[in-house]
Amino acid sequence: MNIHEYQAKELLRRYGVAVLDGHVAWTPEEAAAAAAKLPGPVYVVKSQIHAGGRGAGRFQDDPQGKGGVRVVKSAEEAKAAAAAMIGHTLVTKQTGPQGKLVSRVYVEAGCDIRRELYLGLLVDRATSRLTIMASTEGGMEIEEVAEHHPEKILKVAVDPASGISGFHARKLAFGLGLEGKQVASFTKFVTALYKAVQDLDCAIVEINPLVVTGAGEIVALDAKVAFDDNALFRHKDLEALRDDSEMDPKELDAVRNDLNYVALDGEIGCMVNGAGLAMATMDIIKLYGSSPANFLDVGGTATAERVTEAFRIITSDANVKAILVNIFGGIAKCDMIASGIVAASKNLSLSVPLVVRLEGTNVERGKQILAESGLAIIPADNLADAAEKVVNAVKKAA
Amino acid sequence: MAILVDENTRVMTQGFTGAQGTFHAEQGIAYGSKYVGGVTPGKGGTTHIGLPVFDTVADCAAKTGADASVIYVPPPFAADAILEAIDAGIPLVICITEGIPVLDMVRVKRALSGSSTRLIGPNCPGVITPDACKIGIMPGHIHRRGSVGIVSRSGTLTYEAVAQTTAAGLGQSTCVGIGGDPVKGTDFVEVLEMFLADDETKSIVMIGEIGGQSEIEAAEFLGRENKGARAKPVVGFIAGATAPPGRRMGHAGAVISGGKDTAAAKMEAMRSAGIHVAESPAALGSTMVKALKG
Repeated sequence: MNIHEYQAKELLRRYGVAVLDGHVAWTPEEAAAAAAKLPGPVYVVKSQIHAGGRGAGRFQDDPQGKGGVRVVKSAEEAKAAAAAMIGHTLVTKQTGPQGKLVSRVYVEAGCDIRRELYLGLLVDRATSRLTIMASTEGGMEIEEVAEHHPEKILKVAVDPASGISGFHARKLAFGLGLEGKQVASFTKFVTALYKAVQDLDCAIVEINPLVVTGAGEIVALDAKVAFDDNALFRHKDLEALRDDSEMDPKELDAVRNDLNYVALDGEIGCMVNGAGLAMATMDIIKLYGSSPANFLDVGGTATAERVTEAFRIITSDANVKAILVNIFGGIAKCDMIASGIVAASKNLSLSVPLVVRLEGTNVERGKQILAESGLAIIPADNLADAAEKVVNAVKKAA
Repeated sequence: MAILVDENTRVMTQGFTGAQGTFHAEQGIAYGSKYVGGVTPGKGGTTHIGLPVFDTVADCAAKTGADASVIYVPPPFAADAILEAIDAGIPLVICITEGIPVLDMVRVKRALSGSSTRLIGPNCPGVITPDACKIGIMPGHIHRRGSVGIVSRSGTLTYEAVAQTTAAGLGQSTCVGIGGDPVKGTDFVEVLEMFLADDETKSIVMIGEIGGQSEIEAAEFLGRENKGARAKPVVGFIAGATAPPGRRMGHAGAVISGGKDTAAAKMEAMRSAGIHVAESPAALGSTMVKALKG
């Protein structure tokens, strides 16, 4: 689960991570009031969306204008900047061409920036440990640095048995060329951040840029926090930070029905059990000359209700011209899925061709249920057969 | 010979009396595997589906001689269950549970190092040696004892490989689902090493997906090790060629996040290591048949 920058900073502040003072504002007037509460003379008004590249991004209705992050010198200017952002769609490198609607801004105190660094914390698969990454290339995407200047990325992995220690932070601090009191400030920052990541079950935290101020303090200028969805059960309070408006409506619908769904831009809707098979189904549709409209894993405990919900979400996508159901039953039982398909087809009065491939647990019973339903379901014998039939069905309909 | 499990493996179930634990223990027993008991804290001393229930893993292992444990405990308590099995010194622990917090797995991984336990999973279908021992949630009837070793990050895609190698008349020596999580007990390289050393395994199917580097490490390992007397044909497939970057595709570990963890990059690494890459997930069996003909 992703959250907004202002929410991330509020959480990190509680752990003693150094962030600048700031206030969220939902209207231009609130933005002016927020600026008035800060010492000045410089303020930064920042669009709050779940995507990076905001500073370089441009608003859809003002492509020649200024970006999604603006430095201002008065409450009046803060108000004007907020008015140009709130209710407008910001397009950045990470939003895709459709952009994201800005509904609120963060008004933050200005800062005397001497250096911009990068700091990230995540579980590294190679070591299976929480790993702190730092780089002198603040403001750049870490993937880009990794590609062109891998030597500029410093990494330390923390042994979970002993936890974070001063040397982890010092190793990075000296590697980044910090000196004097900057080193102590950095150590305090990293230690607090590590504690936050552990306590909150963060999947990733990125502080980019991390700033060295003129006074030698280390401060987070930006903060990106994402939580491990698997750990949300022990952080009920974090649910309040979820911003549903940031999600694709179909994906939100799927989350609420406990389905794994990712919207794509193709024409064949897919319902599959298992993530690997679901991806492979998308891949084979492409190999046979069409494209998938979605990724959807109904999971192992697929009931008739879940199958109906899955069909409803798939068919709510206007681009879907045919549906491929591909089930290899292990935990999932084919007869249960088949009953779900029959119920869903009747309830939703499906208007697109439906190809169904069933295999595995209780397959004979499942096939029988489909055959006896009297529905115009196209049965398939295996994966290749299923892909060929669904792609042909789309071509025939065109 | 097969790997990891055989007809002598004595299996216990953690989360034994729950719906999943019960159903899959019954399936395993019906398949002919040796299930010897299970653990559900608080229900020790009772009997469930004809087998003894214990309060602790150590107790169960001591009384039943179990040398493998399968875990169906729900995600909030699954890491605790694995840690208990490690503490009890169970040699083989297979965790089926999906949705364990990654930081819990970081602690588990630390506890594994220096222990006598091998963990398979979590978030995996389990391990099966056909006609000998079935531990996990895979449908037993699609398997045939044979010569192909299968290792995969995905459950249902493993079944696909099984069905195709069965249809091709080859059968399987052992099938290992290593699981779809980013932090897991056992990775490709370790299973591949076991398959290379196993006489019964004459060829290998390896199924990966987007995200992470372990398929690339596995390809490099095979490039170095799969030669000489123990050389075996390997067929590979990577799921997720059509997945958009940055989006998590179901599995916690299946997200493209650096450029070198795409399906294309992994298939390229496989090809340069001499692995026969199946372009289509429907061509796993036919690619193997072709590879065996040379």
